[in-house]
Amino acid sequence: MIPQTFDYTAPSTLDQALGLIAQGAKPLAGGMSLIPMMKLRLASPEHLVDIGRLPELRYIRDDAGVLRLGAGCTHYEVETSPLLRGKCPLLSETAARIGDVQVRNMGTIGGSVAHADPAADYPAALLALEAQIVLRGAKSQRTVAASGFFLDTFATALEPGEIVSEIIVPVEDAGAGTSYQKMAQPASGFALVGVAARLRRSGGTIVLARLGVTGLAPHAYRAASAEKALEGTPGTAADIQMAASRIAEGVEANADLHASADYRRHLAAVSAARAITAALARTA
Amino acid sequence: MKITVNINGKRYSNDVEPRLLLIHYLREVVGLTGPHIGCETSLCGACTIELNGKAVKSCTMFAVQADGANITTIEGLAANGKLHPVQEAFWNEHGLQCGFCTPGMIMASKQILDRNPNPTEEEIRHGLEGNLCRCTGYQHIVNAVKAAAKAVGA
Repeated sequence: MIPQTFDYTAPSTLDQALGLIAQGAKPLAGGMSLIPMMKLRLASPEHLVDIGRLPELRYIRDDAGVLRLGAGCTHYEVETSPLLRGKCPLLSETAARIGDVQVRNMGTIGGSVAHADPAADYPAALLALEAQIVLRGAKSQRTVAASGFFLDTFATALEPGEIVSEIIVPVEDAGAGTSYQKMAQPASGFALVGVAARLRRSGGTIVLARLGVTGLAPHAYRAASAEKALEGTPGTAADIQMAASRIAEGVEANADLHASADYRRHLAAVSAARAITAALARTA
Repeated sequence: MKITVNINGKRYSNDVEPRLLLIHYLREVVGLTGPHIGCETSLCGACTIELNGKAVKSCTMFAVQADGANITTIEGLAANGKLHPVQEAFWNEHGLQCGFCTPGMIMASKQILDRNPNPTEEEIRHGLEGNLCRCTGYQHIVNAVKAAAKAVGA
């Protein structure tokens, strides 16, 4: 399990790192996905640029109605940030369910998002939150909606030379209720299926429903049909079941040695019902 | 590449290949064979060490990433011939059978108690999710963490 040889640079600024990445170097953040791939020789980058220790990518701040997270924040930092726990609890709750404590101590939100594993946890939450993802290159910066970022299995809107530099999530108003529910593969902790729900209620009626789903399809997606089924209802047990039954509508379910497509669709409906129920209970 | 690390209170400077994994650096260059190589795929946790106060799997990290870091391995826990409370508790509660997973289990258990001196059983089990025991001795391991929490709090 020895990776192929490579050059390694640990620049002290983001600009230096982006300059090297523009020349074809591969960014290394926490390494929780990249290093296992290199050990298995599924990836053999010639030059690694360590961006995992850049202070410039490590912040969580409240910025006029939104929260900005540097891509280098570890899952543990996202899980335990008092700011996020108070103002965007869905992201902290999701981070707490990633892998195990050793992985959460090293892995970063930017790395996970850029890697776009179809079974990663964050994409479900970022879709439900209608998050924005900031992409930076040596001479460019642009912002992409989460819904336009995850394109396919391990495929994203990132162009060569770009890295994920920041994640922007909304400050939840006090009335919103959120929850992330997953069925984890017991050894790896990856989601067989995970559903993030974000709901808002007004006068006893669900006025906003956002449901992000991971693990089920080639890439994380928003379950538009289930969202529509839920909006405008009071959210009774029957309403929740109806919405949950539509969670997999229009997608082709993944199948692998851990779970068949049928089983994954079943788990998606169960996880959706649990996430909606828990989120609804948290709405004001 | 030249790296300098502080391991168990002692400074080491070595020239290493960038692809050298931290676990191989610790075991083969520094000679600390307490951290074990189990699965090599970052699932089993036998290689767990503490890096700047955080439990990490040293099989999924390059030694060059640890340049400038403070590292504690299982060898660094006992002080002045006295076992660390977590080590003492694993001994008293029979928190090991074959012992292969033990160095990683103890480092992960230490992290649980460093962050939360009074964990519930559920919190202990959640904190040990990254460590596997092939002897399946989990019940005694959980008991050991509870006993260590009690001993430290007493």
